[in-house]
Amino acid sequence: MSWIPTPISRFFHRTSSPPHFYALADRWLPWLTALFLLLLGAGLYGGLYLAPADYQQGDSYRIIYVHVPAAWMSLFIYVLMAVMGAIALVWRMKLAEVMLISSAPIGAGFTFIALVTGSLWGKPMWGTWWVWDARLTSELILLFLYLGVISLYGAIEDKKAAAKAVSILALVGVVNIPIIHYSVEWWNTLHQGPTVTKIDKPSIHVSMLVPLLLMALAFKVYYLIAVLQAAKLELLRREASSQWVKNLLETAR
Amino acid sequence: MKPARKQRLILIAIMLAGIGLAATFALKAFNENLMYFFSTSDVVSGKAPKEALFRLGGMVVKGSVERAESSLLVKFKLSDFRQEVTVEYSGILPDLFREGQGIVAKGRLDSRGVFVAEEVLAKHDENYMPPEVKASLKKPAEAVQ
Repeated sequence: MSWIPTPISRFFHRTSSPPHFYALADRWLPWLTALFLLLLGAGLYGGLYLAPADYQQGDSYRIIYVHVPAAWMSLFIYVLMAVMGAIALVWRMKLAEVMLISSAPIGAGFTFIALVTGSLWGKPMWGTWWVWDARLTSELILLFLYLGVISLYGAIEDKKAAAKAVSILALVGVVNIPIIHYSVEWWNTLHQGPTVTKIDKPSIHVSMLVPLLLMALAFKVYYLIAVLQAAKLELLRREASSQWVKNLLETAR
Repeated sequence: MKPARKQRLILIAIMLAGIGLAATFALKAFNENLMYFFSTSDVVSGKAPKEALFRLGGMVVKGSVERAESSLLVKFKLSDFRQEVTVEYSGILPDLFREGQGIVAKGRLDSRGVFVAEEVLAKHDENYMPPEVKASLKKPAEAVQ
């Protein structure tokens, strides 16, 4: 690939080699954990204590500090999985397959959190736990896509074939992502429109917005921590017969 | 890029374009069914179903809410800033129900053209602000009145 500068492509080639990635993940994890705790502490303190109550919803609105970052992550992780799927299919990169399959349970978790917190908020605010409007339904489909990726990978014995099937499923499902995002604009929905992710100024007061963004960052870092740990384990499982894993087990002993 | 990789990349691009196109057509075809509610203009222009149960969304018109003295019956007007429809509902309203707030009601039209609701849900808007900011936003408007 001539159109990418050599230092960058060299970095990717080296990082994508399993033993190098394993060592790198080990080195990053403590720093990421510290950063996550810092962001989470600041975000929760800002969101639950410093931020004022809402003029209409009172304190109930504070669920957005979990609901919105979780919903953003559910979309973000799926797009990342589709990109990993494309890389795995085109370049046959083993690490991309590992990152894809390691991301799926984390994404499913965030989707589930977004659905449950939304439902808990919906009961007092809307007057119902659940409605079949476009936003809620498409987010539920996203949860099924995640579960589909996980179960498809588990169902195929040959992991090379499984990774290929899962990559295609991740790519096909990515069509749902713009539908989720724009559902509140394309159709009448009970769910409100976007507050932060729109072209105009966010319709949220800055004292409430800052903790929300901190929480969004904290969730991103949490995803990194979780995916690196899951990917480390998956690499060990897949490369169990290779020399670097044997060396690693020798030194661990 | 090696030819085999290029071919796979092009195949993936074609697959995504195909799925995108199929999804667009499917969503266009089901556009009406994906709408969660009808607007008040739809009701006035006769687009909403006459006999069947459907959902009606709109803003509760300021000063239109009338409550019955001895029962839970509430009568109010809904508007989409073009047309208004009168709604009757008997039951407990959600927390966010107030004048000037968006709601979605499920029910049917009776012979008088009044929408008799069986269920009323509040539709929250995308604005979040502290009460003091809301109060300061209101002040200039009140000064004009």
